[in-house]
Amino acid sequence: MEGHTRNFTEIKSAKFDDENLETLTSIEQIKVENLVEKCFDRIEQLSSMDNTLPYFYRKEHIRFLERCLRFLSTGYECLDASRTWLVYWILQSAHCLNFKFSYEVLGDVIHFLKKCRCPSGGFAGGPSQLPHLAPTYAAVLSLCLIETDEALEAIDPEGIKKFLWSVREENGAFRMHVDGEIDVRGAYCAITVGRLSGISPQNKLFEGTANWIAKCQTYEGGFGGSPNLEAHGGYSFCGAAALALLNDVSTVNLKSLLRWAVYRQMRYEGGFQGRTNKLVDGCYSFWMGSLVHVIQMLIEKNSCHDGYTINIDELMFHREALQEYILICCQKPHGGLIDKPGKPEDLYHTCYTLSGLSIAQNFNSTKQPIVIGNPDNEVLPTHPLYNIAPKAVMKAYFYAQQHPIESEEDLVGCTKNQHNDEQNPANGQKENEGNADQ
Amino acid sequence: MSDSSDEEFNEGYVMYRHRREWSDVHPIKQNDGKNPIVAIAYSERFLDVYDYFRAILATQEKSERALELTNDALKLNAANYTVWQYRREIIKALKKDLYEELNYIADVIEDNPKNYQVWHHRRVIVEWLNDPSEELLLTEKILDLDAKNYHAWQHRQWAIETFSLYDNELAYIDKLLSADVRNNSAWNQRFFILKHMGLTLETVQREIHYAINRIRLVKNNESSWNYLKGLLESGDFQISQFPDVEAFTEDLYNSGNRAPYLLAFLVDMYIEKTLHIYETNSYDDPEIFARKVYEICDMLANHYDTIRYKYWKYISQKFRTEKERAKVGPNNDDTPANEEATNSEEQKLNGEAN
Repeated sequence: MEGHTRNFTEIKSAKFDDENLETLTSIEQIKVENLVEKCFDRIEQLSSMDNTLPYFYRKEHIRFLERCLRFLSTGYECLDASRTWLVYWILQSAHCLNFKFSYEVLGDVIHFLKKCRCPSGGFAGGPSQLPHLAPTYAAVLSLCLIETDEALEAIDPEGIKKFLWSVREENGAFRMHVDGEIDVRGAYCAITVGRLSGISPQNKLFEGTANWIAKCQTYEGGFGGSPNLEAHGGYSFCGAAALALLNDVSTVNLKSLLRWAVYRQMRYEGGFQGRTNKLVDGCYSFWMGSLVHVIQMLIEKNSCHDGYTINIDELMFHREALQEYILICCQKPHGGLIDKPGKPEDLYHTCYTLSGLSIAQNFNSTKQPIVIGNPDNEVLPTHPLYNIAPKAVMKAYFYAQQHPIESEEDLVGCTKNQHNDEQNPANGQKENEGNADQ
Repeated sequence: MSDSSDEEFNEGYVMYRHRREWSDVHPIKQNDGKNPIVAIAYSERFLDVYDYFRAILATQEKSERALELTNDALKLNAANYTVWQYRREIIKALKKDLYEELNYIADVIEDNPKNYQVWHHRRVIVEWLNDPSEELLLTEKILDLDAKNYHAWQHRQWAIETFSLYDNELAYIDKLLSADVRNNSAWNQRFFILKHMGLTLETVQREIHYAINRIRLVKNNESSWNYLKGLLESGDFQISQFPDVEAFTEDLYNSGNRAPYLLAFLVDMYIEKTLHIYETNSYDDPEIFARKVYEICDMLANHYDTIRYKYWKYISQKFRTEKERAKVGPNNDDTPANEEATNSEEQKLNGEAN
């Protein structure tokens, strides 16, 4: 389905009104709106001659990714402890663009990620560094995105489990690394890598986690990084997605979360900001766009319990406006995507802006995607909770099922001998695996 | 993304591999394998420093020279959590003066105010010292540069909460809000302090006036509206308990103001009023308020908040369902007969009201 672009002249009335009281916030906001307006004015003229605009620089983005997968400039030294992230941002961007790296290249990627794997379990940001939850998350998602048995085998679920236990706090929160900081990212990364390596949400590892996350919800509705901190797009995505993966939303206020989330879409720019009264940023296209999707999933799940049957068959943010911001304001014609006009391209913004484009285009699996501009602008769907190819998630689940590491004693509320051993699929699987090995 | 901070090194900087006092150490190259992936074009200096860092990490050397080496390593990349972790181990092993470390980390924070590792390091050192006396000043200094720096606020909240430093915080927040009434981080901090003080009726009353006075200043400010709404919701109060709020918002509306946050507030208020009438079986006419809900939702969807048109349609539709349910009531059977009865009741009430 071809989406309709907004009338760029009409929406000028949605620009910020500072009511003659200038503050730093309003000055910055108006500055950004003027930059965006320039882009909108230009495209309005150009599209009068070419109705396939806005253009999507697919080939250029692919070339950017191919180059980065091998070689990064000295400017990336500050990400030397986040190299598994660099890999993930590239592979996930490539997925959105439906670009496949060669088998050889992916072999090198697996080889590199194994070098980042730590003897004590988990992954580090680079070879010979300490294990850390964030690079572990990035490494596991990367391996899932590659999808081969060789890649999935490299996850090392036993090591993951050991590492997760080493960073778990008594109350169910997670530190980013041993003796490191605690925040919602920790909980989200933990449940994500846990589930992808076959650890169930009922595992004792996650006892108390949902309650701790719920404490991070603020009076505005979104989640902060830890209790009492300001509601923030990245942390809100982590909080809501983690609750969805934990199958536990009993403790959060979905109504105020939804209100806060949809309010982050900027009236004029069309993109999302990450906090109230902050500036639009391309990366929040994913964090916020996907958050809205996740909240709708949670509301639907809840409505089964409380009997409400309101059809939410439409994604509740403005899907066309978000695509306009991404396509018109966030692309570099030589490849790569950006935060806002005037900023340089980088891999983080390329990944999350493209992933946001995917969220905006693909929502209802029974409906056609909504695509702004040329129909060729369509990108592949992404999984709203993990942000990798949905097929990759299924493969990882299946692989983990075939190679189980969990026993019933690991689960909350399960005591030994509660079930007949014959009924325990985990045990049966282990035996089969043993036989196969022989 | 900043370039390698070469400029921070002096002219006379000597590579570790050329330093006599390091000649006993065998540098360890990074092992990326034979076909490296995401290979960063490290500067010579970066390679040199990190080759030696890997070496001391491998031998677990905890010495003065190792501590200095971490200085250089962190100057090149302040986000390397492994270096920070090892630095803490060295400090502990050598029983270094922690106040010196506190000064050091303050400088690093000023150069890298948006980095997780530097703030975490600060926090650990403060914990070890059990002395938070510099923390409010330091965070103020950083917030002077960027009043919305998330890490600085996180650190400040932690210090306030852990060491009970609540006393002068409201004054500080006032200062920030008078400089920029749209600073949402400051509003959030205000809520944090308020929660600590307890959301009693009296406090909430006072804070409502604080918020309303700032809304008078700028109506189109989501921060102050969110604060107002948060007060009412988090304290489990109902808007109707505060006639001033009702009067203020309705006056604003009647004066012609159509700030979307005002309209959204009115939607919430009228939804609450409608459902309250059903819940309490009061004789007021719920439809008067219900009509306002639909009307304002339409205004938002079609004129004042068109970017969220789908959301406002959803709210309107959801309200319709909730109202139907409330109309039937929890104790009544949902039968057609009952439905008819309530409908006619509703007509009667409408008639009376007209």
